[in-house]
Amino acid sequence: MKRIILPVLTLLVGIVSACNNNKTLPIYGNREAKIVTAADGSQKVDTIYQTIPAFKLLNQDSTSITQDNFKGKVYVADFFFTSCTTICPTMHRNLKTVYDQYKDNPEVMFLSHTIDFKYDKPSVLKKYAQKLGVDGAKWQFVYGSKDEVYHLAEHDYLVAVQEDSTARDGYIHQGWLVLIDKEKRMRGAYDGTKTDQVEQLKKDIATLLAEEKK
Amino acid sequence: MRKIILFALFSITVCCIIYSCQSAGEIEQAKYLTSGKDIYIKNCQNCHGANGEGLGELAPPLTDTIFLKANKSQLACIIKNGSSKGVTIHGKKYEGKMPAFEKMADIDVAQVIVYITNSFGNKQGMYKYEQVPFDLEKCK
Repeated sequence: MKRIILPVLTLLVGIVSACNNNKTLPIYGNREAKIVTAADGSQKVDTIYQTIPAFKLLNQDSTSITQDNFKGKVYVADFFFTSCTTICPTMHRNLKTVYDQYKDNPEVMFLSHTIDFKYDKPSVLKKYAQKLGVDGAKWQFVYGSKDEVYHLAEHDYLVAVQEDSTARDGYIHQGWLVLIDKEKRMRGAYDGTKTDQVEQLKKDIATLLAEEKK
Repeated sequence: MRKIILFALFSITVCCIIYSCQSAGEIEQAKYLTSGKDIYIKNCQNCHGANGEGLGELAPPLTDTIFLKANKSQLACIIKNGSSKGVTIHGKKYEGKMPAFEKMADIDVAQVIVYITNSFGNKQGMYKYEQVPFDLEKCK
């Protein structure tokens, strides 16, 4: 009898803790250990996570957008261009459903960077946003120099983007939707062309919001 | 009595055979439809949607039967050459540009036209691939 009790107890504890719904999302990107000295002089090791650095870009209303606009928000970032006929329409069709779901939640924002620095000026982005059915500051469509946007994509959001004259539309890029938390850390990346991953993104935004409430 | 039963069974079987027979035309259209669906998913769906619903005001829906019917001979041109002059669908203006699918073979163009004009609430029958070069000569 005693032999059974221990495994049963372990199982029970396992089940109960699984029910507890204390889910947190992983933190992505590079990290480094840093020794910090506390006020009382004791030293301990702290983990420094990769964060999105400061940026300054023009949005669809030709006003500049910086990290201040995303202060205290979780946001979803992606890279696209308006004349793209391959993956972007699907990505934004899917992302629009996330936008619609969190329309009334001021803590959630969206940030789409264009990689077509030649053509996608703010006025073009404005038209695109309107036609997609997006209005207001919740979903920002931003334009910047090639260097700035491509550097952000590749070094900070870890999304591959490239000019490619052999590609049909002149650019190639990945369709990741990157979830960023209030501390500017990457908490998830979802393939925007796949509906099941976008459904996961919707759930993960809720998880992230709940986690940050604590 | 037995003769009557046998005769009844025989006639039912014959009726079933005749009924389940499709005409050669129907079979061909079914072939066009299945291939057309694959071509649609690969080339059209990302903008026009899985149910032909379009994408906001960026891409028009493919549910306007009247437009499709009136422009049936222009559909091959729109697919193959693209379109930049904008269209009015369901009374709404769409200004976006449609890219050209110039590498699409005539048979593929015909199949995707059959799929589009017989899905999403449309039911406009067959469009044969022999018609494609003919229509392409008269592009506006």
